[in-house]
Amino acid sequence: MAEATANNVVLTAPAEKEILTTADGTPLKVSLQRALRREKTRALLLIAPLFLFILITFLMPIFDMLYRGVDNTVMPQYMSRTVQALGEWDPTGEEIPDEPIFEELFLDLKEGAENKTIGRVGKRLNYEKSGMSSLFRKSQRRVKKIEDPPYKEALIKMDKKWGDINTWRLIHRERGKYTMSYYLAGLDMRTDEHGSIRAQDEKRQIYVKLFGRTLWMSALITVICLILAYPISYLLSTLPLRTSNILIILVLLPFWTSLLVRTTSWIALLQQHGVINDLLVWLNVVSEDGRLSMIHNKTGTIIAMVHILLPFMVLPLYSVMKTIPPSYMRAARSLGANPFLAFVRVYMPNTVPGIGAGCILVFIISIGYYITPALVGGTDGTFISNFIAYHISTSLNWGLAAALAVYLLAIVLVLYILYDKVVGINNMKLG
Amino acid sequence: MKLKLTSVAAGLASGLLLAGTAQAVDLTVVSWGGAYTASQQKAYHEPYMKMNPDIKILNDDSASEGLAKLRAQVEAGNISWDLVDMVASAAITACDEGIVLEIDHDTMLAPAPDGTPASEDFGDMIVSECFIPQIVYSTTFGYRTDLVKTPPTSIADVFDLEKIPGKRSLEKASINNLEWALIADGVPPEEVYDVLETEEGVDRAFAKLDTIKDQVVWWVKGAVPTQLLADGEVVMASAYNGRLFSAIEEEKQPIGMMWDWQVFDLDGWVVPKGGKNEAEVLKYLKWATDTQRLADQAKFISYGPARKSSAPLVGKHADLGIEMGPHMPTAPENAKTTLLFNFEFWADRRDELDERFNAWLAQ
Amino acid sequence: MALPAYTTTGERIWHYTFRVICGLIFFFLIFPILVIVPLSFNTVPFFTFTPEMLSLDPEGFSLRWYKDFFTNLNWQGAVWNSFIIAIFSTLIATFLGTLAALGLSRPHVPYRTAIMGVLISPMIVPLIISAAGMFFFYSRLDLQGTHIGVILAHAALSTPFVVITVTATLVGFDESLIRASANLGASPTTTFFKIIVPLILPGVISGALFAFVTSFDEVVVVLFVGSFEQRTIPWQMFSGIREHISPTILAVATLLVIVAIMLLTTVELLRRRNERLRGMTPG
Repeated sequence: MAEATANNVVLTAPAEKEILTTADGTPLKVSLQRALRREKTRALLLIAPLFLFILITFLMPIFDMLYRGVDNTVMPQYMSRTVQALGEWDPTGEEIPDEPIFEELFLDLKEGAENKTIGRVGKRLNYEKSGMSSLFRKSQRRVKKIEDPPYKEALIKMDKKWGDINTWRLIHRERGKYTMSYYLAGLDMRTDEHGSIRAQDEKRQIYVKLFGRTLWMSALITVICLILAYPISYLLSTLPLRTSNILIILVLLPFWTSLLVRTTSWIALLQQHGVINDLLVWLNVVSEDGRLSMIHNKTGTIIAMVHILLPFMVLPLYSVMKTIPPSYMRAARSLGANPFLAFVRVYMPNTVPGIGAGCILVFIISIGYYITPALVGGTDGTFISNFIAYHISTSLNWGLAAALAVYLLAIVLVLYILYDKVVGINNMKLG
Repeated sequence: MKLKLTSVAAGLASGLLLAGTAQAVDLTVVSWGGAYTASQQKAYHEPYMKMNPDIKILNDDSASEGLAKLRAQVEAGNISWDLVDMVASAAITACDEGIVLEIDHDTMLAPAPDGTPASEDFGDMIVSECFIPQIVYSTTFGYRTDLVKTPPTSIADVFDLEKIPGKRSLEKASINNLEWALIADGVPPEEVYDVLETEEGVDRAFAKLDTIKDQVVWWVKGAVPTQLLADGEVVMASAYNGRLFSAIEEEKQPIGMMWDWQVFDLDGWVVPKGGKNEAEVLKYLKWATDTQRLADQAKFISYGPARKSSAPLVGKHADLGIEMGPHMPTAPENAKTTLLFNFEFWADRRDELDERFNAWLAQ
Repeated sequence: MALPAYTTTGERIWHYTFRVICGLIFFFLIFPILVIVPLSFNTVPFFTFTPEMLSLDPEGFSLRWYKDFFTNLNWQGAVWNSFIIAIFSTLIATFLGTLAALGLSRPHVPYRTAIMGVLISPMIVPLIISAAGMFFFYSRLDLQGTHIGVILAHAALSTPFVVITVTATLVGFDESLIRASANLGASPTTTFFKIIVPLILPGVISGALFAFVTSFDEVVVVLFVGSFEQRTIPWQMFSGIREHISPTILAVATLLVIVAIMLLTTVELLRRRNERLRGMTPG
């Protein structure tokens, strides 16, 4: 072992100015360096399998997705001729392209119709401008009937959108291999006909608001968690070990219980004909018609998520509070501070690291949450994650889903760096 | 050691090959799950497997993510599905993207018993060259007979909180809701899509939806609205007519139907391009979409068969023994006022209007 | 904790109010988990207590939903898949994670922070983002909708837990034990199995348990990377809650609570044993 080599150093002549060597005569410095290098290699070799595994199964998918948010290969791939020819066209003018470009378009459409690929271009451009989908579908069906030039006339006759300069400006703008439009759309922005970036029509703005809501609700959940976690962590840390070991099970059991189980039970508790409403009706607190809506809205999401995330707040707080000697408080009291003052001025500052760790942890988990908001969130309790899922499986706008995911990831990474600064990832503990 | 491994692998491979020839062909059929898959299982899959013991049909209930997953499979060049059930609008998109097979309806499907070619027998239902229609379904309304004082009779009642107070449930999407809002607001039904083409028309539809926004519980999955009705969480809900039929007739829930301006839509099959068992699947399709088979499905679920020639063959419910004809959305009693879903319009505008709808919801 | 004699009345009142508040918070934590247990023995398909149940009439209770769970093929497939996926992903995660933790705990590791950052990234990145990325990428690799795909995905998600727990066990590891073992003539292999393994075993086991639970509870990634064939218990619960919420889900939930209790007990026992072995007081 490396340590052994370093240990077998023979100190030849400590008093003289000779260089130190090991038993086989190698200078000690060289030998130590070699040992260190070997030691480093050995450590890296042990880490390498997992590193590669994470790289392939986890990081590459994420980088792949980053790329998807700018990927626009559909255009150069399936409209190659038109895209190339359009390079010379001036989109700032008021003239639609001339016959040569229309001829390229005709060839692209014809080939795309045969291979059944031109619809992908339509779908892609329809995200930018409604109506493109049907334009390309119609063109696919009818292009076979066009035989002779001039193609410009024939195509415009087939669908007047081919004579609209904005159609051409759009194709011109989105002709490259990469596009900005998904990332812009994720910020409620778009590029207008003249190529300048502006805010999305107010009635269609949603994502900025949604990010805001996600952050705001996560903050609220974090604060509620802190308020609830602080007293019980304090109690746990002051009770004798035997008692606190039993009480902490009440925190750890929810932690180990499947989050779907916990979400299910909140549905059973909170729904209109659920346990709590039944109880309230039975107690005559609310009337039969006045049952409270506590689920499928913000309230439901917040209650269920506070419950799910509370252990993540209690555990770091508890582990910090455990280390605060009770003598601090006693000292403060004996120096004349009243209990409240002693608590605020002496005890609380000592718990700040725990508060920081717990809050950042809960906040990070909360902003990326998907399952609970999806099940109990209704419409006003959903998070940005739910929209990422929606764009993947329902609207099929994968580019936009990727862009939104990247924004969310960026927020999480910033928080993670903050967490590293406050707690240090090496000090992360579980259970 | 190396030699040993190779021989083991070879042995395994040959074993697999042998098994492959001797064993059945597995066809993976993707559908909606629940009562719907069950109806297909009984009407199509089971009899077909009985006739062809070498074919095994596996159900995959992921039709609700059908298009997304099919697209991913095609992108990857590995298609594990053989047949996918899709609503017509999804089939149109799939066809546009070239990920499903183009169908020559006359040669690939069976003619009607009287010899009418399939394309004529299906008629207008063939909304895309890749689509093989199976059923006509409608999105219509159910209401709790015991929780409303006066039963709703028209689509305007859905938007009338005074006549029918209480929560209602609508699908969390722009389709159907915008049309209904306009009709309830007095737009003549034949002009609905023209009005929706304009910005003011869309504003008008959303303004009408605004009037009931607070009272709406939005559903995403087709099984939810009937569940909400059964639980009494809402007094009225838009739902697929087949789901309402099961809730009323099979589960005996106190629910009534309101057919006014039901929206007709189609559901059917698409064949993924590049599937591994194309020949077997096409053979199956030809049989499973013939006149008798489509009529058979109606014994198990109240959706109208897509072939004209199947209509007279629709009989009684297999378990309940009630006559299915009057429960079909196409029955004259029910189809007095119907709206045919405009596929072209929605293919173009769905992205934009859904986005606007989501923004409206988030307000 | 008895109150000292010198406490004032106000402090006394506060002391007991504080305990009541804490009691309520503990109640909030544990009640939702306990309430589903009796509800799962309901005779009727509702999520609420019937009058018969409240009067403790045996007629009001039934095993109907448990029977449904044990006879329904969808649920059986889900149980099978859950275990297969969790077991294999745990094996992969534990093996790779333990190796990496051994490497990371050595005194000289270049770029330690950066490496650690990469290794625990699956724990930090929101699941929906991991799921989305994997959905697209695994489709390309032909792994979407396969058991192998889900197993690999889950293994990736669980490794951070193994790395963290095993590294934590190695923190107080006395390097001189290895040297002592070498001096006494043991080969590195013997040292590894006789000295290192017994000491890190509790960490490895609890890491493996964390990995198992991560996979067993995980649903977002299964929804995207998996397909109907890979449906796990959470997958089945999720689609059940989204569609037809039957009390069978409550029966499953009750069984999962029992699983959670067993896991919790094991982890706690291991943790205490570990601390005892390392000469710390159980805490």
